[in-house]
Amino acid sequence: MKHGILVFIEHRAGAINKISYEAIAAAQDIGAKLNQPVSAVLLGANFQDLAQQVTAYKLDGVMYADNEKLAEYTPDGYADAMENVVRARDPFLVIFPHTYLVRDFAPKLSARFGKGVISDCIRAGLENGELVFSRRIFLGKIDADVVPNSDAPVFATFQSGAYRGETAEKGEGAAVETMAVEVGEIRMKPEPAFQEVKSAVDLTKAEIIVAVGRGIKGQENLQLVEKLAQILGGEVAASRPICDAGWLPIDRQIGSSGQTVAPKLYIALGISGAIQHLVGMKNASTIVAVNKDPEAPIFDIADYGIVGDIFEVIPALTEEVKKLKG
Amino acid sequence: MKIIVLMKQVANKDAILRINKDQTWIEESDLSYEVNESDGYALEESLRLKEKHGGEVVVCTMGAARVKAVIKDALARGADRAIHIVADDSLRPSPFAAASIIAGAIKDEHPDLIMSGLQSDDNSYAQTGVILAELLGLPHATIVIEVDASGEGLRVKRELESGWYQWYTMPKPALLTIQSGISQIRYATLKGIMAAKKKEIREVTPQMDANTASHQKVTKIYFPQKQKQTQFLGNGDAKAGAAMLADKLRTEARII
Ligand SMILES: Cc1cc2nc3c(=O)[nH]c(=O)nc-3n(C[C@H](O)[C@H](O)[C@H](O)COP(=O)(O)OP(=O)(O)OC[C@H]3O[C@@H](n4cnc5c(N)ncnc54)[C@H](O)[C@@H]3O)c2cc1C
Ligand SMILES: Nc1ncnc2c1ncn2[C@@H]1O[C@H](COP(=O)(O)O)[C@@H](O)[C@H]1O
Repeated sequence: MKHGILVFIEHRAGAINKISYEAIAAAQDIGAKLNQPVSAVLLGANFQDLAQQVTAYKLDGVMYADNEKLAEYTPDGYADAMENVVRARDPFLVIFPHTYLVRDFAPKLSARFGKGVISDCIRAGLENGELVFSRRIFLGKIDADVVPNSDAPVFATFQSGAYRGETAEKGEGAAVETMAVEVGEIRMKPEPAFQEVKSAVDLTKAEIIVAVGRGIKGQENLQLVEKLAQILGGEVAASRPICDAGWLPIDRQIGSSGQTVAPKLYIALGISGAIQHLVGMKNASTIVAVNKDPEAPIFDIADYGIVGDIFEVIPALTEEVKKLKG
Repeated sequence: MKIIVLMKQVANKDAILRINKDQTWIEESDLSYEVNESDGYALEESLRLKEKHGGEVVVCTMGAARVKAVIKDALARGADRAIHIVADDSLRPSPFAAASIIAGAIKDEHPDLIMSGLQSDDNSYAQTGVILAELLGLPHATIVIEVDASGEGLRVKRELESGWYQWYTMPKPALLTIQSGISQIRYATLKGIMAAKKKEIREVTPQMDANTASHQKVTKIYFPQKQKQTQFLGNGDAKAGAAMLADKLRTEARII
């Protein structure tokens, strides 16, 4: 019988990744709506204590899949282990946080069940008794409602921030069930993770950030942005394409693969507002967005917005600030 | 080294998107298209590996007749030949279906390496490459930003979250999903554009069987609901907007 929801707990460097609690919250929410029990699964080698931590949440059980080949993450190892667990537990739904690690192996796992993943969801709810997932497409500009169109198990991942980790219900009584899993040949050999040498600029300390995106068109136009940043006493930052093109060094990049900042003021100039950018700056106290497209997703999190051409707005704003500063 | 690079055509990033009448997809009649961002980087990396190690770069694109533009551009930049999987756009295959169809189309190619983008800018499934690797029994690495193919196998640098990286080694053949920014993309030269005209484009018309059935069905698309009350300033007048903004930043936000 297919039943229950299984939620994948990600950990790294000996600690549970906090986004896993968001996945628990998602699973509990869907479980409550469908009256289905939720259990968690954690993979590793001698990580029983981490699995034990998960029992603090209101869960039906915590599965701990142990194999020495799971000491460090590899897609081969994780796909094999999760396949074991899913086949043994037979859940109707498997939920993951949408992390880089999950992106790396969940599609491989789902392919073994002859399907893909309903990936990067922002919501899930019931419509006429049917489970409907919502995901954001076109770089955040449009939402799509998606229904699983197959037999169980359904695999779904949730975007960071879709559910709040603090809302995951605590509980007691879930026991850790250790499960021996079979893991085949591991073809990829990981080397230790590392960070590039610390950059010269630490944007996390900046109070004012003037960030620029692809709307700036060419490297030669960056001086407009630099002038505005200078007059405001702020730092220049950028979205990924600007750093990809080599117009600004990578240590100026804001977002999921760059820096995460929370300045007093963040001015986004010609940035559309893709989720990978938003996660790096959405906690700024005041957010200003300038974009010629009134539907740009960046406006969704902006306190102040100007719909217009940055090539008109930037010089005008520079002048106005200069006036105010006297 | 023989490399297959997957390239998808997507709506132009600057296009103003409209939703079609039955809310199943965007209005495509007057849309302009471009190549998916990370796929352009996957092609560039393929061409660089070929220049270093010799071999062949084969572009593989699935879509309607219009995707020939992506193929022609890739051939002009230096790809050697192309496979066009001619597929009805209204099909909009799920990532598993797309990977199955692509697997079928390239099954006799036996490449040393397959590269795809890390995700499509329209559907953003972030899966097609990984599923294809599994269907073909290949090891894979995702979000790759550096490739060293000088040894027996491959050594690749993967991007992890928030400024962390990791190197992986794996045997060939393998599949890599490429992150934007891996290297600076070249332009097509006039010579390249002329040479492209003589290059082979193999058309494949896939069998639409059970695999084509979508395991995830898009029931409806719509514009997201706004969550935040944004104060819009200037009402279309850039100068007025800038003046109001400066004032707000001083009086309301107290930053200036
Ligand atoms: C795994 C992964 C990690 C990623 N990591 C990051 C990251 O760390 N940081 C990051 O930023 N991105 C990241 N991205 C990329 C992200 O998805 C977007 O592609 C990127 O943020 C888009 O940058 P942009 O807004 O500058 O460009 P676009 O999306 O092209 O937007 C340009 C905007 O400028 C506007 N515009 C154009 N001309 C003008 C004008 N004259 N005046 C006013 N407005 C104008 C347009 O309307 C548009 O909204 C990542 C993606 C993936 C898949
Ligand atoms: N129709 C297609 N034709 C060629 N390549 C594709 C197609 N769809 C997806 N891909 C490849 O798979 C990658 C991931 O796409 P997706 O899984 O939709 O996010 C893309 O960056 C492309 O390299």
